[in-house]
Amino acid sequence: MAAKTLTIDGKQISAEENETVLQAATEAGIKIPTLCHLEGVYDVGACRLCIVEIAGTPKLLPACTTKVAEGMEVKTDSERLRKYRRMILELLFAERNHVCAVCVSNGHCELQALAYSLGMEHVRYDYTFPKWSVDTTHRLFGMDHNRCVLCTRCVRVCWHIEGAGTKNVSGRGAKSKIITDLNQSWGTSDSCTECGKCVMACPTGALFQKGSTVGEMERDRDKLEFIVTAREKKQWIAD
Amino acid sequence: MIYHDLIAIKEKELAARKKIVLRCCLAAGCMSSDAKGVKEQLAKAVAEAGLQDQVEVRGVGCMKLCCEGPLVAADPQNALYVKVTAANAPSIVAALNGGQANAAQTNPDAAFFKKQFSIVLANSGVVDPERIEGYIAADGYQALHEVLHEMTPKDVVEAMVKSGLRGRGGAGFPTGLKWGTVAKSPSAKKYVICNADEGDPGAFMDRSVLESDPHSVLEGMAIAAYAVGADQGFIYCRAEYPLAIARLNLAIKQAKTLGLLGAGIFESPFNFNIDIRIGAGAFVCGEETALMASVEGKRGTPRPRPPFPAESGLFGCPTLLNNVETFANVPAIYRKGAEWFAGIGTEKSKGTKVFALAGKIKNTGLIEVPMGTPLRTIVEEMGGGAPDGGTIKAVQTGGPSGGCIPSQHLDTPVDYESLGKLGSIMGSGGMIVMDQTTNMVEIARFFMEFCMDESCGKCIPCRAGTVQMHHILDKIANRQATARDLAKLEELCDMVRNTSLCGLGQTAPNPTMSTLRFFRNEYEALLQPDPFGPHSNGAAKQPELATK
Repeated sequence: MAAKTLTIDGKQISAEENETVLQAATEAGIKIPTLCHLEGVYDVGACRLCIVEIAGTPKLLPACTTKVAEGMEVKTDSERLRKYRRMILELLFAERNHVCAVCVSNGHCELQALAYSLGMEHVRYDYTFPKWSVDTTHRLFGMDHNRCVLCTRCVRVCWHIEGAGTKNVSGRGAKSKIITDLNQSWGTSDSCTECGKCVMACPTGALFQKGSTVGEMERDRDKLEFIVTAREKKQWIAD
Repeated sequence: MIYHDLIAIKEKELAARKKIVLRCCLAAGCMSSDAKGVKEQLAKAVAEAGLQDQVEVRGVGCMKLCCEGPLVAADPQNALYVKVTAANAPSIVAALNGGQANAAQTNPDAAFFKKQFSIVLANSGVVDPERIEGYIAADGYQALHEVLHEMTPKDVVEAMVKSGLRGRGGAGFPTGLKWGTVAKSPSAKKYVICNADEGDPGAFMDRSVLESDPHSVLEGMAIAAYAVGADQGFIYCRAEYPLAIARLNLAIKQAKTLGLLGAGIFESPFNFNIDIRIGAGAFVCGEETALMASVEGKRGTPRPRPPFPAESGLFGCPTLLNNVETFANVPAIYRKGAEWFAGIGTEKSKGTKVFALAGKIKNTGLIEVPMGTPLRTIVEEMGGGAPDGGTIKAVQTGGPSGGCIPSQHLDTPVDYESLGKLGSIMGSGGMIVMDQTTNMVEIARFFMEFCMDESCGKCIPCRAGTVQMHHILDKIANRQATARDLAKLEELCDMVRNTSLCGLGQTAPNPTMSTLRFFRNEYEALLQPDPFGPHSNGAAKQPELATK
């Protein structure tokens, strides 16, 4: 495989062909904020937080889906990018009901962490306060749509790691909603294998283990990556 | 089918032509006001007058002046009857022999018709879209024969490059370059897709082309497929166009029966089939990657490009995706030559463009003009200006992705670059005229609401940004916003345009930005004083601090 040399934030790095800018940056120790990206599943480029500036390209491109190229000059941080990222977060906070103080993921939430790290101190837009439901019909897990950011990580792990295809998206625009099977309550789903990968994948408090209260919902993300890597490299070990 | 058979069909059709032809528009617009009944009554009146041997009553496609439908034209009398009812039919037939018709007439030599230059619409309103013989008589499928037998795929692509045709879906990407890229992509399986998911409010060009001349699109697709090496085509048509879908289905069936689609076309090794896929009502499915996802049977959401469809498209294969009007241009380019086509239009925009003229204008309908025609010619001479003594305030092009061009810029020539410079786009061809009564903030709010409803919800800037922009526009229109809200709106416009995933989000702020550029005073007139902010708009004094 041919190697590519590129510059990210002034740092000369080499990357394998077919790697994404995000992978190359991560290897080089350069952190790019992400939300819909999850190690172990394919990328969709939906959250737009990992947008970067690439010299010679008028458009901002998401690092997670942009492949490295020889001589590419990438800028992952600028006043403009920081402003856009903060605005994206503001839009997310105004979109649904993200109330950290009463959230199971308080303190372990990727959305919250991003807001801190990107310096989003205020939401300048009017909150929309939509009325979303909470589905607690499943034996083990619950889904609170008020805290969903529609990153579709749960959908992707359900289809592409577990292979169950229980989770999906219905509706469009602001009315988009993560659904179970044919838009039925989770507890009545025939296809759900109760593997819990969706809960592990969720960046916020939207998917949770039943019984967890404020701040108790911690997730083990490395497990997902481990499963995928083990599957690809055939490292399954019986125990 | 060999060339000789094609010519035989043409000659037979021409020989059977009767002396007098009554053309009755049977496109969706006229059909909605009983054009079918008109045609039946015309046929009956002809039979009653015993004129069957001399007069043909022909159902044809769009005759362009849609606001006056149903339309009936008499050849060679050169009479054009408007707003015809079934009751008018006997007198129209009587008028063929010197009688007086009691139906209203319009001048077929008026500027609306005379200033048109027809390539795409050459057969529209002339041939019967439900009979392949009519299209063949108008030299149809001859270009396909020539391409298959006289040219290599490489020649075909080169001719397309030479013609200078650019994509008519709105963005104006050079068609020849696109064909060349797909042709060079190494793959045993390739696809050709025709984008007939015309969703802009007020646009109906593609529908008219499909309803009036479906075979030109099929022939264009077949030529494209030969050029790029594809053997399967899809037409992705929105379900809201049932008549277009019915005529396409019929056209495909007829072409297959004659061996003009299918295996071994014109006794050559070239195979090509076309299937129709029907959209389920999502505007975003007009975006190419979302369209392909929809054809694959998946949720219609766009994905990041690259990879472009030309490298990895439908089912992961190289895919050529062009708009209806682009394909409809193709047969004429090969029949008359790339040089001929390149001689029409401006330096960078070749050929013609079809516009659906609508809004506050006298002559609503379909027009086709050479690129570079000034907007003023279109709206004032051809369109007849604003009705009821009104004045034109602005012209909106490009639908929810486009912008408003104010009346002081009416002398702008219509081409991709000039419209782009004014913050609008050529778009697929919707042209909405606005008069002095139009509230530009309302226009911006309308298009923002459209984009908000049609956002697929995948990327955050478009999904949540359009909601907030619409909310602020709503506040401005309701006189509840301050200068700070306006600043926020502009900031959001910039952000959504630069960070959204697909064209829908990237262009959603355009109507707002262009109305802000040219009609900022209308926004500012609605703003309320902001007692807390430094950005007072001057409309009211800051509340004075109480003195001790």
